[in-house]
Amino acid sequence: MAELLEICALDAHYGDFQALFGVDLTLVGGETVAVIGANGAGKSTLMKSIMGLVKNRADAIRLRGAPVGDRPAYRLAVDGVSLVPEGRRLFRSLSVAENLVIGGRLKRPGHWSLATVYGLFPVLKERCHAPAEALSGGQRQMVAIGRALMANPDILMIDEASLGLAPTVVKDIYRAFPAIRAEGTAILLVEQDIAQAMGVADRVVCLQEGRVALEGAPGELGREAITAAYFGAAP
Amino acid sequence: MTFANAVLQGVLLGGLYGLFAAGLSLIFGVMRLVNIAHGDLIVLSAFLAFSVVDALGIHPLTSLLLVIPTMAVIGYVLQRVVLNRTLGRDILPPLLVTFGLSIVIQNALLEVYSADSRKLDAGALETASITLADGLSVGVLPLLMFGAAVAVVVGLQLVFYRTAMGRAFRAVSDDREIAEVMGLDPAKVYAAAMALSLAVVAIAGTFLAMRTYFDPASGPIRLIYGFEAVIIGGLGNLWGTLVGGIILGVAQTVGAQINPGWQLLAGHLVFLLVLAIRPQGLMPKMED
Repeated sequence: MAELLEICALDAHYGDFQALFGVDLTLVGGETVAVIGANGAGKSTLMKSIMGLVKNRADAIRLRGAPVGDRPAYRLAVDGVSLVPEGRRLFRSLSVAENLVIGGRLKRPGHWSLATVYGLFPVLKERCHAPAEALSGGQRQMVAIGRALMANPDILMIDEASLGLAPTVVKDIYRAFPAIRAEGTAILLVEQDIAQAMGVADRVVCLQEGRVALEGAPGELGREAITAAYFGAAP
Repeated sequence: MTFANAVLQGVLLGGLYGLFAAGLSLIFGVMRLVNIAHGDLIVLSAFLAFSVVDALGIHPLTSLLLVIPTMAVIGYVLQRVVLNRTLGRDILPPLLVTFGLSIVIQNALLEVYSADSRKLDAGALETASITLADGLSVGVLPLLMFGAAVAVVVGLQLVFYRTAMGRAFRAVSDDREIAEVMGLDPAKVYAAAMALSLAVVAIAGTFLAMRTYFDPASGPIRLIYGFEAVIIGGLGNLWGTLVGGIILGVAQTVGAQINPGWQLLAGHLVFLLVLAIRPQGLMPKMED
């Protein structure tokens, strides 16, 4: 299958600090790739780079074969890339429904609409007029995912799907994944809960201190290899 | 009755101050930009109305049909070409640039219109009044100004809470980066907000020109009234801005009633009092 997203030798910097070192990654249509790694490994930076929020070398990231260059985030959204940011970051002065509608303002064709997102997360329909601020953590994550889906993206990036959520809520969130995948959306998932990530991913990429330390299908990767890649090899 | 009359006139004057302040409040709410040139833009639109009335011989209120869209276009272009480049983490560049813009506008107006004071002739509207009771009457023009201020606030509220553009304003105000991730181009959203702000400025400037004499140096004092109304009302709250304008207007007219020399002083003192007791304003909206 043709590569939807191709990342080649991506470096990323915050001023003088280098967060990513020569990261390679590919994503094909409909595929789910989980990016795991300890805090500070560069997972969020990778997503921000793909979304155009962290500037990088012009040809480091290619979308459908074309270099992304310095395309701003709003252009990448038009081109089918969407992000569920770490910490949800809902628009606090907007209601649940308004947050979702903002996500769908580009009117890209596809399965996801207000009705289908409410079908995926019925609780959001019940609370559609509530301010986004008033929701529980799990419901906020549902709004954040719904908001990103409303753009009918080809690539959905989810930064920390389960962080700070109760286990039952995490299950509810992950229960939505098959429906999202069924629409052919490629998912790039940053997750600290390795078991959850392995459960849904076609491939797992482990970042360690800004470098790819391990990559493979969940079934191929042994527990020890993952532990070593996650925490760094024992001396 | 004279006291009641002073309060009533103050409320109506507050409408004009509310108009001065509404555009300022809108811009601060959407992009945290403090527009030092706001007062000069009000005076610019007053001169624009003056030129339109002079050239076409139409009533000042009719001139709004031309002045409002012209100022909106000026706002859009100003934001796209100049002000968007100044926005960032540092609040100093937009302050300095709008301060510079204020000087540019004042001098340009001086060059084109000279330092003469001008006023728009609103005809019979200026002297028309409605008697409410013995010794208590309201001028039709001040009443119209107040009505315009209420209509502007209602209109802006509708734009903010009932339209896609308003959703975009609020989203960009809440989290610019994530709004961009959702496909909103902040540069365009800010330009639309500035266009809307200067459309309100056009209304304020035209009413100012009908109410009083103005000259190229009249802007800064209007900016101060606008600021005071915004601060008294609470940052980013449009109804609060109108209430702030009314409090300022009433303070001025009641102050003048007590002693004619106290008009401006009373307004500034009430402003300082609110700032000291309730620095977030009476009806704050902003959380940061």
